[in-house]
Amino acid sequence: MAKPLSMKSARTLCITYNIPINRTLKFWTGLEKGKVYATKCTKCGKLHFPPAADCGDCNSSKIDWVELDGEGEIVTFTQVFVKPASFSEKPDYIVAIARLKEGVKALAWLKGIKREDVKTGMKVRLVAKVFPDKRVAYEFIPS
Amino acid sequence: MKRVAIIGVGHSKFGDRSDVNLSELTFEAVKPALESSELTAKDIPYMALGSMGVWSEEPLPAVVIAEYCGFTGAGLVRCESACASGSAATYNAYSVIKSGQMDLALVVGAEKMKQISTPIIMEMIGRAGYYMWEFENFGMTFPAYYAMHAVKHMENFATTEEDLAKVAVKNHKYGAINPLAHLQHEITVDDVLDSFMIAWPLKLYDCCPITDGSAAVVLASEEKVKELKIEDPVWIEAVGVASDTANLSKREKYVGLDASVKAAKMAYDLAGITPKMLDVATVHDCFTIAEIMAYEDLDFCKKGEGAQMVREGETEVGGRIPTNLDGGLKAKGHPIGTTGVSMLAELTKQLLEEVKPNKRQAPMKNYIALAHNTGGTGHYGYVTILRR
Repeated sequence: MAKPLSMKSARTLCITYNIPINRTLKFWTGLEKGKVYATKCTKCGKLHFPPAADCGDCNSSKIDWVELDGEGEIVTFTQVFVKPASFSEKPDYIVAIARLKEGVKALAWLKGIKREDVKTGMKVRLVAKVFPDKRVAYEFIPS
Repeated sequence: MKRVAIIGVGHSKFGDRSDVNLSELTFEAVKPALESSELTAKDIPYMALGSMGVWSEEPLPAVVIAEYCGFTGAGLVRCESACASGSAATYNAYSVIKSGQMDLALVVGAEKMKQISTPIIMEMIGRAGYYMWEFENFGMTFPAYYAMHAVKHMENFATTEEDLAKVAVKNHKYGAINPLAHLQHEITVDDVLDSFMIAWPLKLYDCCPITDGSAAVVLASEEKVKELKIEDPVWIEAVGVASDTANLSKREKYVGLDASVKAAKMAYDLAGITPKMLDVATVHDCFTIAEIMAYEDLDFCKKGEGAQMVREGETEVGGRIPTNLDGGLKAKGHPIGTTGVSMLAELTKQLLEEVKPNKRQAPMKNYIALAHNTGGTGHYGYVTILRR
């Protein structure tokens, strides 16, 4: 059967979002300095990671910044083979969720290890990452 | 509160429907829905659309569809709950009737996904979770989220990749005999195990396809049912709704979906039934592991025993709770916002014992059916219970 006819839309879009980070700025500047911060609600004591400037648990906006030790243990993981368009040039990356010493969990790439060697329960470290273009992120490495 | 009935259903052929645009595709479901309820568009004062719609060119699909199908002037809304948008639209229209504000409403699910490339679709769905924390730097995909659940489920309960494959084999078996399904071929366990890796350990045949499709149901109040002299309709007995964290990292465990558990409990309580009373179900099998977790989350079995249900054929025709006899998302296809409405169209036919061919008709005892529809990775949970 012949492929049904369609036309290409003449109008195209390329969208880049400007994402506000003003209220969590310490987190982003912390990554530049090699530190990973969480926020802690001064009213109810809840630790938030990813960091949150407001505490939805008790409706307070008074928070402290707490540097995470980074030590953690893998809860679950996967390796992405079929990738989103904006990650198409990346090698097949491993993504893990690990529970950190402080009790919160984080999701990030796990680098420096082959997937065949990854096990749940494995000890990892969450570390800050600065890319050559100055973009910042964080990742897990085996500890 | 008023009772709400389903008095008409319509369903397009699912698949690569590059032969039609969004409105034309939707008309294929709306027309039979109206005809089977013996109504016209002019009779119906309200329309709710379930659609995510980022894959096709129209940013306001509800108005475009309403105009094309003759609903201009009706109360109109488009509902988004990701893959549960169809259930959200149903819940919206159901609430409008139940609260006595309207007597009739049309619920439509419509999605045209095949208008953009697969990598862009992976991008759009991967972003649907928490873009900022799980996509921007880490490129999570929808299969990857469920893969993380599969890893944990296999570790905790000795569920195997073969068990996952058996879900796909079952659903393809029924998809093969559903003329409206996207994938109408049977597969074997080896086909699944040998298919290429998408997000380890999930392979191509563990994943539902990218599909175009539409579905529609007409809802009516009990008074309207009497006025129209409909003697034996299917009733929406209850809808359970719940949600979960945007960040997957904030979930407690990765062996089930809490939103499904909560929505199911709410629905069972409202309907006053137990899962043992179900004659048939559709569950949200976007991935094979999702169907196994759904059995457990919906209390068809205990946590950890989902794979056992598949191994023993308990969810096939003749089994304890026949599930996804339309082929499920896995073989029928998963046009995101359409799925919730498609499930209700299928279950209405099941309850009316009108499914053709008869090989995929569940035997009826209590005439009670359940639709389980989740959005995102258990971000939104909807459980709808129907009864005839």
